[in-house]
Amino acid sequence: MKFTCFHLMPYRPLDRETARNYRSAWVVLPNSMYDPHRGAAEYDSYLDQLGYAEQLGFDAIGVNEHHQTAYGLMPAPNLIASALVQRTKTVKIAVLGRALPIVGNPINIAEEFAMLDVMSKGRIIAGFVRGIGAEYHSTGVNPAFSHERFHEAHDLIVKAWTTPGPFEFEGAHFRYRYVNLWPRPYQTPHPPIWIPSMGSRETIEWASAPERKYPFLVTFSSEAAVARYLTMYRETANAHGYTASGSQLGWAVPIYVAATDARAREEAKAGIESLFNDFLPIPWEMLLPPGYTSIPSLKATMKIRTSLGSRARNQTVDELIESGTALIGSPTTVRDKIERMRDQTGLEHLITLLQFGVMSDELTLRNMELFAGEVMPRLR
Amino acid sequence: MPPEIARLVTRGVAVRARRAGTGRPVLFLHGAGGWPAWLPFFDRLSQRYTLTVPEHPGFGASEDPKWIRNVPDLAMYYLDVLEASFSTPVHVIGHSLGGWTTAEIAVRNTQRIASLTLVAPAGIRVKGVPPGDTFIWSPEEAARNRFFDQRLVEAALNAPPPTDEELDIQLQTRLAAVKFGWEPRWFNPDLEKWLHRIKVPTHLVWGRQDKVIPSAYSPLWLERVAGAELTMIEECGHSPHIEKLDDVAMKVLAFLDRVPA
Repeated sequence: MKFTCFHLMPYRPLDRETARNYRSAWVVLPNSMYDPHRGAAEYDSYLDQLGYAEQLGFDAIGVNEHHQTAYGLMPAPNLIASALVQRTKTVKIAVLGRALPIVGNPINIAEEFAMLDVMSKGRIIAGFVRGIGAEYHSTGVNPAFSHERFHEAHDLIVKAWTTPGPFEFEGAHFRYRYVNLWPRPYQTPHPPIWIPSMGSRETIEWASAPERKYPFLVTFSSEAAVARYLTMYRETANAHGYTASGSQLGWAVPIYVAATDARAREEAKAGIESLFNDFLPIPWEMLLPPGYTSIPSLKATMKIRTSLGSRARNQTVDELIESGTALIGSPTTVRDKIERMRDQTGLEHLITLLQFGVMSDELTLRNMELFAGEVMPRLR
Repeated sequence: MPPEIARLVTRGVAVRARRAGTGRPVLFLHGAGGWPAWLPFFDRLSQRYTLTVPEHPGFGASEDPKWIRNVPDLAMYYLDVLEASFSTPVHVIGHSLGGWTTAEIAVRNTQRIASLTLVAPAGIRVKGVPPGDTFIWSPEEAARNRFFDQRLVEAALNAPPPTDEELDIQLQTRLAAVKFGWEPRWFNPDLEKWLHRIKVPTHLVWGRQDKVIPSAYSPLWLERVAGAELTMIEECGHSPHIEKLDDVAMKVLAFLDRVPA
């Protein structure tokens, strides 16, 4: 198994009580509630944590992209990746991922990844996502064309990385007379591409196609949903005529480890409950604008996910543990749960979220050390 | 009189259409909320005119051809419809998105058009006066912001939940609304500069308290479309033909009757 220490970089000093007066911590939460000085301290803490993950033996460190939200302070994740290139020596740096449809010029993404890959001498993993629905509100990009723009931007970026330039690109959304990257990526043929997803049949179908075989990482889902989506990936690969390897399957999950289950539960409570009840709630209209998912996928999602998009009811640490949406407990408990999922699905990538919500630096570092010391070695 | 529901095929694109009445032709182009049920307003119109209410391509159960990607495409499609399905000039009535589409048709060609009735039309932008953010509203906010009359709001909120089939229609309609209206939000930056091309009789109808497309947009329409007249409806939201039926039907019919054959 391979381990990524992944970070969302939430804005912990948020006045959460006031924030609850707004529709969501996304898009409409006034940025007068953000204090740049406290924000600077947050970046220091979080970059230190990711740098420390290399010393603790993680295979990769990961960041991601979200816009106009207290949930995560990385609207430009490649800037964070660039800082991490300077702070680390050998660890892989995974940007999970860049949101392709919401940029005006996808060549910028190809260029930035190529620069990072060269500067890090080939340590970059490029995640490609469509952004979450709220990002179509914050960028104005039409979600009805989200899939088209994603596929076209993906094709353009991969071609820019692999085809000698200059060449011409003519798409429905993006058209260029000259595509000719300087610099080209360090890795051959290009940085690995990973696909984080909340799970949809279309994404699985596309990522698992034989010409791509992209690792698929399920995020923010119950244990049952993770197993279902990873199984769906395997079955889709079978239908494509090949057997998916474990390295194509990943699980992104909040994890907290302490000496005992009770202590872990107590220490993780504030962090995990603030993540799910303060930072993450997004009403349906913002989370799933029409076109963002196909109508069959949307209807399926409406049945499965009753919790993510609503502030109607707070989720408790116990419920999140119970559903396996978060792994919280003693090293043995957490290890057993990961092993169970591995046995069930054969997954080989674990994307660990070891800081979440308002969790302090102190608890985060203890969590990282215990996970790396007591859980990781037995799973390798 | 109950309408006949027809399948209207134009250049290979099949849509649903309700049709009723006798007399000169009237075409009603619906808004982003989708193909309306047969409204009392349609009864009034069809007493004196032959009314056709198509469902736009992409909405509900109509076909959704890939090549209709924006409102100008939709307008070109309707120019084909006007040519293929009508032998005399047509009174076109458009509500909201349908009003925008009507204006896009008319700046291109009014040969087949007798008059325009634009009910709370989208399509242009007054800087600093954004339309309501219909896409971020919850269903309850949408109902509250659509009507001035709170009894209509309550009726909308207390409607029974959709059947599975109705849900499919609703989701497809919402998708089409997003395709046509998301960006730029409910307008075409290239429409206003051509509105002077409209030279057929034009009647604007607006609810004073419209929270979707503000009635503050009406002066710009009057400025750009020579000879256009305005009926401003007091104590009324975004659907005056529903909310103030008697008044609006009377004003719309009076306008249509005045247009020479």
